[in-house]
Amino acid sequence: MSDIKLIDITKRYPDGFEAVKHFNLEIADGEFVILVGPSGCGKSTALRMIAGLEDITDGELRIGEEVVNERAPKDRDIAMVFQNYALYPHMTVRENMGFALKLAKVPQEEIDRKVTEAAKVLDLEQHLDRKPANLSGGQRQRVAMGRAIVRDPSAFLMDEPLSNLDAKLRVQMRAEVSRLQHRLGTTTVYVTHDQTEAMTLGDRVAVMRAGVLQQVDVPNELYNNPVNIFVAGFIGSPSMNFFPATVEGDRLKLPFAEVPLSPELRQAAGSADGALIAGVRPEQFYDPAVETGASGTEFEVPVELVESLGAEVYVHFAIGSGGPQSEELAELAKDSGAADVPSAGEGVAVARLEPGTRAKAGQRARLGIHPESIHIFDARSGRNLAMAKTPAATGSDGGAGDAEPVGDQPSSTRLS
Amino acid sequence: MSQSRGSRIAGWGTANSLVILFALFPVFWIAMLSLKSPSTISDGRLIPSSWSTENYKQIFKQAIFTDALRNSLGIALIATLIAVVLAAMAAYAIARLDFPGKTLILSMALAIAMFPPISIVGPLYNMWRNLGLFDTWPGLIIPYMTFTLPLAIYVLSAFFREIPWELEQAAQIDGATPWQAFTKVIAPLAAPGVFTTAILVFIFAWNDFVFAVSLTSTSAAQTVPAAISQFPGASQFQQPTGSIAAAAVVVTVPIIIMVLFFQRRIVAGLTAGAVKG
Repeated sequence: MSDIKLIDITKRYPDGFEAVKHFNLEIADGEFVILVGPSGCGKSTALRMIAGLEDITDGELRIGEEVVNERAPKDRDIAMVFQNYALYPHMTVRENMGFALKLAKVPQEEIDRKVTEAAKVLDLEQHLDRKPANLSGGQRQRVAMGRAIVRDPSAFLMDEPLSNLDAKLRVQMRAEVSRLQHRLGTTTVYVTHDQTEAMTLGDRVAVMRAGVLQQVDVPNELYNNPVNIFVAGFIGSPSMNFFPATVEGDRLKLPFAEVPLSPELRQAAGSADGALIAGVRPEQFYDPAVETGASGTEFEVPVELVESLGAEVYVHFAIGSGGPQSEELAELAKDSGAADVPSAGEGVAVARLEPGTRAKAGQRARLGIHPESIHIFDARSGRNLAMAKTPAATGSDGGAGDAEPVGDQPSSTRLS
Repeated sequence: MSQSRGSRIAGWGTANSLVILFALFPVFWIAMLSLKSPSTISDGRLIPSSWSTENYKQIFKQAIFTDALRNSLGIALIATLIAVVLAAMAAYAIARLDFPGKTLILSMALAIAMFPPISIVGPLYNMWRNLGLFDTWPGLIIPYMTFTLPLAIYVLSAFFREIPWELEQAAQIDGATPWQAFTKVIAPLAAPGVFTTAILVFIFAWNDFVFAVSLTSTSAAQTVPAAISQFPGASQFQQPTGSIAAAAVVVTVPIIIMVLFFQRRIVAGLTAGAVKG
């Protein structure tokens, strides 16, 4: 067990493409860190550099205070779980799990003991003599995990280990991975494109985009205080709504409503030199008819679609003008598929309301917005202008757990 | 519906039977020929009027045939072994590594494979005589290897490319050296490819006539196809038809055994379960 330090790591391919740019990250001993981002953001490359499967072009990688840039994977004392498991098809589960120990010339009794132990933890005991081809997806996944844990390495590296499982199994295995990591207390770096996995699993989450680390923080901070429009849009499901906004006096003008602006926000907004984009989480809207006590700004909008999930209702409503014209947002839309960012251009926003709401598709509905929780971004740089502000007044609504729709339905920011 | 399916099956059945008949009839014919007694060999009948194993007894009594059989087996097996080992290593490098001149190597290998053997037999004859390789086992093993390596490399690199690279990386992470990763993980998975290649190389070496007849002269290295062409008749007025037929049947047997033996190893989907399909 040991800590991992990535110091100014850069990966440049021979054709000049930089997959990872000046990446700095310190992972404490025993910490569970998630690398998350859309496909092609460099997260897997970063992980593979830690593993030693990719050369590091620039920078320094330390595992437990030792620089390991030049070491072969086998000398780094790490174990890796691959996205497609990479089980050895010609070996039984037992041989698969014991392969590393056998190569390390560990005595056979000890191999047997460790494999049996790991199999017990992973509930694989009755499958030890089967070949991977005869196992289900979840079992194969567990064998891959088992192969990693028998070695008792100083760090686990996991490259989208759950992405090949079906939705239900994924939720189960997610809990299992989390439990296992807590139990073993081994430093873990976990790569995923699924923000739900990132939010629920990690001690800390590192969001990457186009090779650049955007923000590293605990899930809650990431959710409540995103540093820029990309993190704001990527984290949370359904994702944050973005609107073009202008400041008029002490009020913020949105396409569908005018909301009062707190002094700090106003000051922050004043520092921008161009257009503004307001970001509103779906749960920051409310239905005044249901939440009678709520204090906020109310407005009326045409409802386009109502999705009821039982415990909550997603209301898609049209906003006056088209979406914001931010380069950042356009790129975000490109990264994640335009349809995935609801308000990126087509003038539709999503509100998450309590189940009692009477909003109906095709009718106008009266909604409220909590103005304290609005994020304001500089349209040009995408920077969050109010990073210093206090956590959202809606408080508990902003929790990471709430960000996740019931039943792990496809989250809008999940990428293929 | 069922009628059209019935007629389709009948159609395919007929077509397949015709093809099989076309391919196997000569084999059947020569087998029948080899079972005729020397006196009825030219009676023009397909089915022997009197069955006899006289031809078989005859050829196994002749040193020219038994020596040739020994040479054929030895040369073909050694050529197969060396070609497969070399091709496996080359194909692995080609499938896994990116090095300058990779496409050049592949295209050159292909060019060599396209060379008609007959065009180099003359120069080889002279070279082999000067080098002392004429009429020796290595003298045949080397050209057989040279001509089968390109194809072997092609076939094997295709197989290696099919094996998920992650397996090798997983082995690396598990602490395997590149050599261990190759021998313990990749090679066992490439076994079907290796056996396929082995069959191809063996058949080439076993069947070759051009090199065998040009680069050998005595029973020291003469292989069966070359020896058959030099079978003596019982008298100078008699064609050794029966002996040739019997020898032809005998040399077919190792090929059949080889294919049947390796066919069991060429199981589809050996890599199933390695990665999520």
